[in-house]
Amino acid sequence: MASNNYDAIVVGSGISGGWAAKELTEKGLKVLMLERGKNIEHIKDYDNAHKEAWDYPHRDMPTQLMKEQYPVLKRDYPLNESTFGMWANEKDNPYVEDKRFDWYRGYHVGGRSLLWGRQSYRLNKDDFEANGREGVGVDWPIRYEDVEPWYDYVERFAGISGNRDGLDVLPDGQFQPAIQLNCVEKDVAARVQKAFKGSRHIISGRTSNMTQPKPEQGRANCQYRNKCWLGCPYGGYFSTQSSTLPMAMKTGNLTLRPFSIVKEILYDKDRKRATGVEIIDAETNETYVFNAKIVFVNASAFNSAWLLMNSATDVWEGGLGSSSGELGHNVMDHHFRVGASAEVEGYDDKYYYGRRPSGFYVPRFRNWGGDKRDYLRGFGYQGSASRQGWRRDIAELGIGADLKDAISEPGHWQIGMTAFGEMLPHHDNRIYLNKQVTDKWGLPVLAMDVEIRENEMRMRKDMKQDAVDMFEAAGLKNVHGFEADYAPGMGIHEMGTARMGRDPKSSVLNKHNQVWDAPNVYVTDGACMTSASCVNPSLTYMALTARAAHHAVEELKRGNL
Amino acid sequence: MERRELLKLIAVTTGTAMVGMPALAYDQVPPVPLKDTPFSKEDVSFINDVAEVILPKTDTPGAKDANVGATIAVIAADCYTDAQRAHFKAGLNDIDTRAKAQFGKPFLLLDSDSKTTLLSELDREANAYNKKVGLWDVATDKPSDRKPDSDKPLPHAFSLVKQMSLYTFFTSEVGATKVLRYVAVPGYYNGELDYKKGDRAWAT
Repeated sequence: MASNNYDAIVVGSGISGGWAAKELTEKGLKVLMLERGKNIEHIKDYDNAHKEAWDYPHRDMPTQLMKEQYPVLKRDYPLNESTFGMWANEKDNPYVEDKRFDWYRGYHVGGRSLLWGRQSYRLNKDDFEANGREGVGVDWPIRYEDVEPWYDYVERFAGISGNRDGLDVLPDGQFQPAIQLNCVEKDVAARVQKAFKGSRHIISGRTSNMTQPKPEQGRANCQYRNKCWLGCPYGGYFSTQSSTLPMAMKTGNLTLRPFSIVKEILYDKDRKRATGVEIIDAETNETYVFNAKIVFVNASAFNSAWLLMNSATDVWEGGLGSSSGELGHNVMDHHFRVGASAEVEGYDDKYYYGRRPSGFYVPRFRNWGGDKRDYLRGFGYQGSASRQGWRRDIAELGIGADLKDAISEPGHWQIGMTAFGEMLPHHDNRIYLNKQVTDKWGLPVLAMDVEIRENEMRMRKDMKQDAVDMFEAAGLKNVHGFEADYAPGMGIHEMGTARMGRDPKSSVLNKHNQVWDAPNVYVTDGACMTSASCVNPSLTYMALTARAAHHAVEELKRGNL
Repeated sequence: MERRELLKLIAVTTGTAMVGMPALAYDQVPPVPLKDTPFSKEDVSFINDVAEVILPKTDTPGAKDANVGATIAVIAADCYTDAQRAHFKAGLNDIDTRAKAQFGKPFLLLDSDSKTTLLSELDREANAYNKKVGLWDVATDKPSDRKPDSDKPLPHAFSLVKQMSLYTFFTSEVGATKVLRYVAVPGYYNGELDYKKGDRAWAT
């Protein structure tokens, strides 16, 4: 324990960091996993997991004091009593918004794996080819076939439920049985299928909420409580705590050190290799050096870029990986908050039981299979149908027993869906170090200079209108399209700040996620993404991490690192 | 010093409001005693009486059974902006003023028909007022959110009272389990459950 020497260091403990730790320890490496925030132990520390709405003093509403403390978080839904404390302290960890950027950070063991949306989709073949074909950004250095076996591998372990729908646009995987659509969703799906002659599909969402237990991991299947964000005491969904961390711990090869802010990667410019990292203990402010043969950077897309920017600055002013001129550039998110809602007639004799943690998914259909639009790429929808409950307004009933009785029974069925659109990599969408502003530990902070552009704006028109068209074609009533404000970051899918590529002059990472200028440094979180696709990205980070870990260990054996 | 002022001060100096509590992963917002709100026991009784008219006891429990007044006082104290809180309190006073003007006695002493008459009229007024000032989407299911520096008109004060009553009633244990239905651990999902008129809605 006293030793500061390890085979590998993993920076970050979220979805990709957890995978890196699991893979590397299982292959026999002694691994140190560094997490900047506090520890959270599986089950034991899920303090709210068994609370009900009435157990919260403010019934889960944010107080004015919480809003003062979290000026960014309060812009959207994540600020509430039930997940309070699970988002980075904004006073200790400031950042600069040249343009508005909503950055939702989980600084604790498990990171956002405890708070993620759990939707799990594969990129398709074209997602890996479109950049090259269309001359957008740079070409991915890998193809779907390179990642396919790793998707298989991580899906089997993580436990992804979904149907094998047989669609090229959304490749099938190694799924557990899907969480079912309800009767109204099935009916609307059939009507949409017919109206659009099979070109648009409403399918069961594919999610890391399991429908079958994994006793070998100590995990039960989903209990349909829909309280995932409180940490699941059943291990019903994939998180670092429920899945990868116990496996890594079981090997006896893992050391986990919370409260460890990695300040820089130490770089030997003669050998062109990293030698380890320097950290600040977040509680004592003391610095420590840890040495390793391999460093995996999994600090989340922006913080991974931040770490590279702060490393090897004696060699490159802009930091490790900046020789490409692309470090911190090409920021992507998924733009959303646009879609439609409608009323579904009938089915008064049907209801449902259980609270699903997922819903339906509409795979991309724009610029696909012969369709051609005035913008590139496309979008998918996520949505669900349900019966109205007590929250509905019945103005004509005013107040009293009639009102109470009416809203104590379910109302009519309604359906809604929100589009998630692909954002193109653009060199000018960037983050960079602002050294005038420092955090609690005196470290420079990130400045955000990101906006959605012409391609996304055009796409958003379709994102709204297509949703309206689908519901109208399905014969639904009171169809309303909506478009709410979207600011970059709200998708909580930051990507692209250290992209993979084929050429060290235009990319930060090679085809194995190695930093071109330091092959024993691997970056496998959202930073590595060369394009964003329109599907939720976490499953791809898992697959790329497992693939990179395999490569790292092989290279180590070959003496190449 | 008021608790809220104290918490603000602590937040400014230490960056955390969790004094003397372990740094839990999921921070625990502590229960708020009534003395830490600008509301009295009498206020809580009054709010309970008003809410009982909006959501009366029938063959299922009503707002008083859920003691919504106590929770409303806490939410109004901590979640409302100063402007909302003042408006809300003025709205409560207005109910009593109207009772005295219209029926010659305080609201609490009115019979239930008079209470219903008074608040139904107020509810109609509130709806008309909200539309008149351009607030077409005043939520009934949740206390309205508002920025401290907002210059938009506030909804009618009775709308705030109604929002609070509905929200705290149906999220209470009584409302969720005795008026609506709630299963803590459903265990499975059935997307085509048979339903017959009269079956209660799920709380969530």
